[in-house]
Amino acid sequence: MEHHAHSLLPAEPELRVKALETLLVGKGLVETTALDTIIDYYSNKVGPRNGARVIAKAWTDPGFRSRLLEDATAAVATLGISGRQGEHLVAVENTRRTHNLVVCTLCSCYPWPMLGIPPAWYKSDAYRKRAVREPRAVLSEFGVQIPDNQRIRVWDSTAEIRYIVLPMRPGNTEGLGEEALTGLVTRDSMVGTGLPITPDATS
Amino acid sequence: MTGVHDMGGQPSSDPIPLAEEEKNVGAQPWHNRALAITVAAGFLGMWNIDASRHSRERLAEEDYLRFTYYERWLAALANLLVERGLLREEELLSGVPTVPGASQRCIRGGEIKALLDAGGPTARDAETREKFRTGDRVKSRTTGNRFVKNGHHRCPSYAAGCTGTIVRSYGAHVLPDSNAHFLGEVPEPLYSIAFKAGELWGDGAEYQDDLVMVDLWESYLDPVRP
Repeated sequence: MEHHAHSLLPAEPELRVKALETLLVGKGLVETTALDTIIDYYSNKVGPRNGARVIAKAWTDPGFRSRLLEDATAAVATLGISGRQGEHLVAVENTRRTHNLVVCTLCSCYPWPMLGIPPAWYKSDAYRKRAVREPRAVLSEFGVQIPDNQRIRVWDSTAEIRYIVLPMRPGNTEGLGEEALTGLVTRDSMVGTGLPITPDATS
Repeated sequence: MTGVHDMGGQPSSDPIPLAEEEKNVGAQPWHNRALAITVAAGFLGMWNIDASRHSRERLAEEDYLRFTYYERWLAALANLLVERGLLREEELLSGVPTVPGASQRCIRGGEIKALLDAGGPTARDAETREKFRTGDRVKSRTTGNRFVKNGHHRCPSYAAGCTGTIVRSYGAHVLPDSNAHFLGEVPEPLYSIAFKAGELWGDGAEYQDDLVMVDLWESYLDPVRP
């Protein structure tokens, strides 16, 4: 069954949004302040900084690392992180033998409370098509070369489980505390399309 | 349901669009508004996340392909609002509300943070015992939605009819095949299945032993004898 009610809206996306918002607010279904609050929440309160805090803590606190790998939802809740599109979190660990990569081929599922709203490339048809079939080629476009002796695990988020990659802690970071390590954890390193920043690269 | 959205593994030479970087929320202000009205309307309780995804999948193929990401969201939202009786087609056309009181519920600014922080967990305490254990070999079915012909289904076609190994067991979760069609939650055990790249892509695999993990519900799977 195809449905076409949407074609009654104006063609321009900006005008479509405006029309729907006007109707929803005008009919008393949604308050304008509710919309503003949602945008503020995802612009200012939720984003990759949350995930980076989790990873840095896992790098410095072995007990937390174990709890994160055992039950990520419960572990990150202890840091005040929870919410929509992150109700069931699973952390998967990169090692010298294994590199993990996350995709959602059927739509664009993504761990919002940990990483915020997904970037355009994550939602692109190209990434959705290619990440499962040729992960090494995709990773090379991100500048990540996976050695022959490292196996790739691609996680296709087909259910409500949201995956986050626990990257390997970069070398030469023994003296760094949690706060400094947080700055090395990139969004892409938690999706598996990147690696954490090495201190040499930042200095 | 197979359709244009079921695109995993399709051959493509398109580069990953890294230049279209988006920061935390939308690249353009209307993206933010599209996200906000979609999330807020979802809280009205007139549909669930599976119905919302299915609404995007039911867009005409030509629309799905020509729309950008948030345009897909908007079109699917407009359709759902009409289907569920919250808006009328003449209102979409005129842009003017004509029928008041379509819902008893109004999503208020003051309740948003709590709603977003809580989310909507899909794990359920179900009586059913899990049929499979970690390490079991299983084959995914090719039969699609068993409730509704061409209905919502979450086994991507690239993994349908393939043999893999259960690597994680997640307990019972709401079944999208039923929930998307408002036929109840019908919770079932959910598993993560590891498929070898060689099983999925044959000789075309980059590395035969790389793995793709797909989350599948128990009724999507048949046992494979060792």
